[in-house]
Parts: sequence; C-alpha cells; structure tokens
Amino acid sequence: MRANLQSSTVQRDGEPDARRERAAVSPGRRQRSVRRLLGLWLPPLAVLAVVLGIWYAVSYLLLSPDRRFLVPPPHAVVQVGFLTRDNLVELLGGLWLTTRVALVGLAIAVAIGMSLAILMRQARWIERSAYPYAVILQTIPILALVPLFGFWFGFGTFSRVLVCVLIALFPIIANTLFGLQSVDPRQHDLFTLHGAGRLRRLWKLELPSALPAIFTGLRISAGLSVIGAIVGDFFFKQGDPGIGVLIDLYRARLQSEQLFAAVILSSLLGVVVFWCFGYLSRRVVGRWHESGRDPTAP
Amino acid sequence: MTTVERSSPLGAAPGPSEPLLAFDGVGKTFPDGTVALDGIDLRVAPGEFVTVVGPSGCGKSTLLRIASGLDAATEGSVAVAARKIGYVFQDPTLLPWRTVQANVELLAELEGLPRAERRRLAREALELVGLSEFVGNLPHTLSGGMRMRVSLARSLTMQPEAFLFDEPFGALDEITRQRLNDELLALFATNRFAGLFVTHSVSEACFLSTRVVVLSGRPGRVLASFDVPFEYPRPPELRYSEAFGHIAGAVSARLREGSS
Repeated sequence: MRANLQSSTVQRDGEPDARRERAAVSPGRRQRSVRRLLGLWLPPLAVLAVVLGIWYAVSYLLLSPDRRFLVPPPHAVVQVGFLTRDNLVELLGGLWLTTRVALVGLAIAVAIGMSLAILMRQARWIERSAYPYAVILQTIPILALVPLFGFWFGFGTFSRVLVCVLIALFPIIANTLFGLQSVDPRQHDLFTLHGAGRLRRLWKLELPSALPAIFTGLRISAGLSVIGAIVGDFFFKQGDPGIGVLIDLYRARLQSEQLFAAVILSSLLGVVVFWCFGYLSRRVVGRWHESGRDPTAP
Repeated sequence: MTTVERSSPLGAAPGPSEPLLAFDGVGKTFPDGTVALDGIDLRVAPGEFVTVVGPSGCGKSTLLRIASGLDAATEGSVAVAARKIGYVFQDPTLLPWRTVQANVELLAELEGLPRAERRRLAREALELVGLSEFVGNLPHTLSGGMRMRVSLARSLTMQPEAFLFDEPFGALDEITRQRLNDELLALFATNRFAGLFVTHSVSEACFLSTRVVVLSGRPGRVLASFDVPFEYPRPPELRYSEAFGHIAGAVSARLREGSS
C-alpha cells in the first residue's frame, strides 16, 4: 500500500521527477525496497501460517477420523469447496446473489439516510423530532425483527433487502448529519455574506465538507449490509439461494467442506466490501482530507 | 454629516467625503447579558485605512461582524454606504477540496457571475498577491502565509470599496506577517479601498493605517483615536524610524491605560 502511495506522488509531481526517481534506483535502494515489502507482508503471512498450523492440528490431532467433519483440514475445504466445479459454481452464484442484495440495500439506505440527514439539517425541529427514532432504530436489535418481515412482506428478495436497509441506515444518517453540522462557522459566514441560499450552501459547502464523514458511515454501513444480507438469507429462502441459504443448507446436510468454503467466501465478501469503500474514500476525499490517507485503512 | 467627536486631541477634521461606514453610538449586548461594545462612534471615509486595536475580548471582531451585517447592533445605528464589502477572516477559511483557483473564484460564483468573468477576476487577483503559479494547488499544500494571500485574493475579486480585516495575520510568524503587511500596503496604495482593520498588534496598526482607534477592555469603548501622518507608499524601514516609534509608543500607552 505504501508503494501505491509513493507511485501516485511521483505521478503528481510530473514526468521529470519520475525520471529522476527511476534513475536514482540503485541496487542498494532496490534491496531496501525488497526488505520493506518483506517487512510489510511477512508478519501477516506468518500469522496465517500459524493459523493454518493450528487448523491442521485440530483436524488431525484433536479430532478422531469419524468426527473430523467438524473441522475438515484446509486442503479438503479447498479441494471440495473451491476446486470442484459444480460446488464452486453454486457457491459463487450464492455469493453474487447475496452481494447484490447487500448492495441494493446499501444503496437504498444511503439514499434514505442522506436525505433524512439533509432534511434534519434544514430545521432544528425536524432534527429534534426525527433523530430520537433514528437512535431507537440503532438500539433495537433489528435481527429480532427479521422474522416479522417474513410475515408482512413475504420470504423473498424484498424482505432480504429490507433487513439490509434497516441495519445499514443509522450509520449513514448519523455520520452525514455529523458531517453537515461540523462545517466551520466562518465558512458559513462567508456564504452568508455573499447571499448563498440553502441549496447553494448545501451543494457547495455542507455536502463537500461532510464527504469524509459520509464515507466513514458508508464503510460501516457496507459491512453491516453484508451481515444483513446473510442473516436475511437464513430467514427468507424463496427464490435462488444466496450464500446464507447455502450455509444453512450445508450445515443441515453436514457438508462441512462446503460449509467452511461458504463461510470463508462470506468473510472475504465483508473484507472486499470494506476495502472497496476505503479505496473509494481515498480516491474521492484523500486528495484533501487526511481521513482518506489513513494508514490503517486498506 | 454630523461632526465626529474624538476623545483624543490628535484627532483631525473629518474627511471630505461621506463615510463608507458610520457607527453611531453602537452597542452590542449578547443574549447572555455580556456587553461586548458600548457607545462606539466610528467613521471610515473613502481612502481611509482605520485600524482598531484593543485587548483580547474587547469586541473588536463583533464590531466587524456588525459592520458586515452578520450581526446586528443592539444599540445605536450603523450606516453602510459601500456597495461591496470584503471580509477577510482570522483564518483563511479556504475550502480544502477546492484548488487555489477555484477557491478564489468562490465569491464570484456565489454572486452568480459567468464562468469566463470569474476566471478572469480570479487570475487578476492571484496575480496581485503573487500566487499565479499556484492556481492548481490545494490549500493544504500551501504555507500559512500563502493561504492568507489566497484568502485576500478571494476578497479582491469582488473589488470591494471597503475591506474588513479581522486579525488576518495574527496566526502568522513575525516575518511573514511583516511581509504581508507590506503587500497589503502596496495594494492599498494602488487601489485606495477603505479599510477597517482589527488587530492587537500596535506596530501592525500604526504601520498600516491612516488612523488608529484604541478600544478599552470589555465592554469595548473608544478610548482614543490617533492619526498616522505618514505618506503612502510606506517603506518597510518606516517601522524603525523615530516618528513611527513616537506614535506606536503613544498608542501603546493608551492601550495599557485602557486595559488596566
């Protein structure tokens, strides 16, 4: 990631700098950059190796062969789950479906959440009357309500998306509102002095200022939306199966290699979504806001 | 025009033309009961550069907020004859996502000027403050002094007849501050806009202005007004001349009396 940052600086500085940079790469420097890459990748890879070691130990040393299905060894998971064509197609199909539900839910949550936050920003009384309910939405366990949605809206895609929307809504509202409210009052003065109306102020001052906060909310909500989509799968099984449906199915059929493969893919989905929004945030606001350059972000 | 009563014997006769800004017995009491300003009489005529010095918290910034219309006086009256007023804040208040060029264009944009016009105004203003090379930079890549220059350029685009300066160079180091003072003076000498400049630096006040007004500690009252007789353009060395030292000393003494 650091290499990434560096190359972008070089590009920004323009061609002559880039050329000088290239000319300056001596064997010593190359060695140093190799060492830095090793320093970057070695520790997490070592942890991965340890985890795989423990996994194997549990499979082969702790479990007797007749109970080994509880924790199948990693190579069996890869063999059955990822290298067997039919299984992989089934898994990826489910993953795609769930991803779609999560993204649609997230998009709706963003649209509703940002609109609500903008509305609340327009008048104190709207904020005062609506915000407590947004907080309640956050505090009640949405997952406890999920079975009800089935009664009311059926057991198909609509209910799945609804779970995602409700679970992803609050961080968007809270972060957007926070962002809109934390504009420098002097900048508001400047806009007031030059007769800027509400819409101009919103478009040219408040929304751009709020972008870093909005992206923070987006990243949190994206992860929640993935969780919502998988939980939705557990309850609403009409139509093509999502990855959550498959997880439940494999569990019931004791197909533990596929179960493990499905769990790993779901986790990867969460990681990829988080990473994507981090990347997006860096592209959009990283140029001018330090949150986009957060070194702990992917 | 009513005669201006000045509490200082050094006060000169009122300027020949109608004032661009006129405060008559202006007072400001905040809703929590704090009295920020009390009975302020102050006039700024065209071509005048008036500096207000006073201890911190004496309502200097409030004075500017009232002059600009951002705040209303609770007592007295304010007459503003200037059609356009430029306001330079304590911080550069640049929008961090906009380039220097786009930041300088902002006011023209808010006033609804066409794109070509705004671009031309911004280029000219940036030329004046010597930042033409940095049009494409984002504010966070500039030094504090450069950011303040961008802020100044932004106000210049509107070609205001009167400028309000709210301790614009207070956060800068001494060298940068003096350089910006010199540049501001050069701008004033050529453009002759009227200025109302708030600061707590006596030397800055005397160096820049045609008149220095001393406010007391809270609530702010006008204690004295000193005319600064030096011709424009003023060379930087003026700061170290004997005559300058006399005036700065007199202002300082009055300021000390007022805040003790």
